[in-house]
Amino acid sequence: MINLGLDILGLARFQFGMTTVFHFFFVPFSIGLAFVVAVMETMYAIKGDKDYKRMAQFWGKMFLYSFAVGVVTGIIQEFQFGMNWSEYSRFMGDIFGAPLAIEALAAFFLESTFIGMWMFTWDRFNKWVHTLFIWLVMFGSSLSALWILAANSFMQNPLGYIINAKTGHVQMVSFAKVVGNPQLWNEFPHVIFGAFVTAAFVIAGCSAWRLLKRDHVTFYRKSLNVALVIGLIFSLGSIASGDLQTRYLINNQPMKFAAMEGLYKDSTNKGEWAVVSGFDTKNHKTTWSVDVPYVLNLLSYHKMSGTVKGMNPINQEMHAKYDKKFGKDMNYYVPTNTLFWSFRIMAGAGALFALLAVVGLIMNRKRSQAIMRQRWFLYILGLCLWLPFVVNTAGWFVTEFGRYPWIVYGLLTIADAVSPNVSVASLLTTNIVYFLMFATMGFIMIVLCHRTLKAGPDSDNTDGYASSDTDLDPYSKGAFNHD
Amino acid sequence: MTNLQFIWFILIGVLFSGFFFLDGFDFGVGMLIKSFAKTDAERDVVIRTIGPHWDGNEVWLITAGGAMFASFPMWYATLFSGYYLVLFLILAALIFRGVSFEFRANMETARWRTFWEWAATIASLGAAFLFGMLFTSMIAGMPIDKNGDMTAHFFDYVNLFSLVGGIAVTVLCLVHGLNFVRLKTDGELRDRALTWNKVLYPVLFAGEVLFAVLLFFSTDFFDKKPMSTTGIVVALVIFTVLAYWGVLKNHEWLSFVGSGLSLISVVVLIFNGLFPRVMIANNPANSLLIKNSSNSPYTLHLMTILTFSILPIVLIYFIWSYWVFYKRLSSPKQEA
Repeated sequence: MINLGLDILGLARFQFGMTTVFHFFFVPFSIGLAFVVAVMETMYAIKGDKDYKRMAQFWGKMFLYSFAVGVVTGIIQEFQFGMNWSEYSRFMGDIFGAPLAIEALAAFFLESTFIGMWMFTWDRFNKWVHTLFIWLVMFGSSLSALWILAANSFMQNPLGYIINAKTGHVQMVSFAKVVGNPQLWNEFPHVIFGAFVTAAFVIAGCSAWRLLKRDHVTFYRKSLNVALVIGLIFSLGSIASGDLQTRYLINNQPMKFAAMEGLYKDSTNKGEWAVVSGFDTKNHKTTWSVDVPYVLNLLSYHKMSGTVKGMNPINQEMHAKYDKKFGKDMNYYVPTNTLFWSFRIMAGAGALFALLAVVGLIMNRKRSQAIMRQRWFLYILGLCLWLPFVVNTAGWFVTEFGRYPWIVYGLLTIADAVSPNVSVASLLTTNIVYFLMFATMGFIMIVLCHRTLKAGPDSDNTDGYASSDTDLDPYSKGAFNHD
Repeated sequence: MTNLQFIWFILIGVLFSGFFFLDGFDFGVGMLIKSFAKTDAERDVVIRTIGPHWDGNEVWLITAGGAMFASFPMWYATLFSGYYLVLFLILAALIFRGVSFEFRANMETARWRTFWEWAATIASLGAAFLFGMLFTSMIAGMPIDKNGDMTAHFFDYVNLFSLVGGIAVTVLCLVHGLNFVRLKTDGELRDRALTWNKVLYPVLFAGEVLFAVLLFFSTDFFDKKPMSTTGIVVALVIFTVLAYWGVLKNHEWLSFVGSGLSLISVVVLIFNGLFPRVMIANNPANSLLIKNSSNSPYTLHLMTILTFSILPIVLIYFIWSYWVFYKRLSSPKQEA
């Protein structure tokens, strides 16, 4: 799947994949939690029900852990382009730098300033102003997703540029086209909805584990309800936006689409869709598959008829198109197994989330005790709290592996983008250290969330985060006073 | 060189100035956690002084990096790939620092709290030192080839000049942090910060003088721009004297502003000396120049409009957030 040979390219790719995947555990979790917490606090502001305030504070703790890890791993992401991919930075600077700088300027300042305000001022501002702070954090973090995806969309589907004749680098000619890239507007809603689903099902899962222990039943049932309502709306949203995005690929990145559906040859008019398949990637053949007729056409065109191009013909077309510039030795096949299975994980999980949300909401009606009796369902919910992270990773696998062999689609190959002056030893060292750091941070995150959960919503400061109205200093053990 | 290129060179300098001024005291305060603060309660207070701010302060670095990418990608590519391991260590330090405050507050055993306190202390010290070392070695000139790729050896990064630069910046951040603690706390901690600074300032003076001497021998700054370089070095020393005077006469704001301006003088010194280059190569023909390292006029124009419309709004709420947390924190009561 990933080329692990010890060369600069392989190591730099591995590092990019590793840091991105790890960073993207926390990004959607944070964006989503900011949203859910903001909803909870808004409900408190409207209804005045203290339970919602406790909920916002309690789940807000997990948000703070996640935010801290997300921020620090994000810095690696930004520095990495210059460190590992200097040729890419030179080639793409005119386009790529702008969204990155705007992201910092417009989004990061907003997030980081107002998260500080939100953490430390529970007792200082009235509830509406305080609620506004968390909405601003949520707005800032979504904005940051928008800008980084604008940069990513250019890599997937370059628009609004020319190639500078003298330098050979890309040059922006229309910012409107860069920002108006259809790829972006297909990708952005999907990422944001996915983030909301992530937070919703983590909260639902955590609540389910506590309900199994009959701990703070009212509190966790209320949390579960908020989570599942959000989970239902946005898992449906994810499915819809995912469908839009996938269909956009048919013309835009046909190779990616064909690999997601595991099609080596053109499909027939009957539109057989492979539920599962085995591939011989060396000889570019499907060895076996379980097919359902017409589904492929329904998915691709929302009709019964039509055909989809397969990878083998697409490969030939790409050779015809690019051989002049990039040579005959290019391999345009993308990692089929990775894309095929990642796509199925995503689609399957999307449906599962929607189903779980519906069933959960029915069982969790106000007067019903069904949810407490159907323990099997709580177990399933509890286990599903890990699933969003797998799904988010699968989504990026499809997007990024499907871009192979390009770093900028049709313009620059991954192999030409890497820093020529960085040594294998340096890259190996950083890979190992990053890996250890990520493992440590991930482990501590899980321990902290677990402990927070065990301590419960009424815990006074066991983790430094007070729940009373008077002492609300996240970093203190409550040992000092204000003047 | 066009006007836009010039504006962006200045803007990058402004962003780094903001970063050194703000993260300067934040690094300084971080270094105090395991040395200056004696008890758990004192550490709570010391960390709390930067609690709501450190994250926003660090965004200045991210913005400076992003802005460099958006305006001078050749500079960004050469600097970041050339300083690979230095930046990696800085990243590791920033990561440890970033998570340490939250993790420390949530640890159950004293041993783990101590671990994260040490992590924050060493990482703050390391980050300040490495930034100082990076910029000092950068202005001394580096082996850069025609393509702009740097292939430097250990002693290009680590030498007498860069070590002195690193230590000077570290001490400067430390006194700046102490000046910040004096503004933000009351009682025992406020007094102790004064005592510390009385000792540290003479050390800083010695460091600055040594740095200026080495600057003369290690860079071409005094050859190329004798007047402005001398002027800025003198300004640096004057700001430090003012800050020291503020320490002695108990003018807390004066000493804080003085140490902040000293840090900014260092940035100004670097940018003034770099101009019209952005990276200095040992072979002058390979130095990266402002005029040929930048993005297209279209992108620069766009970024200028966006920056000048967004940055003022950012500054308003950024400053407002400091005003909200203006209150002094009292030192913990001594336990009987």
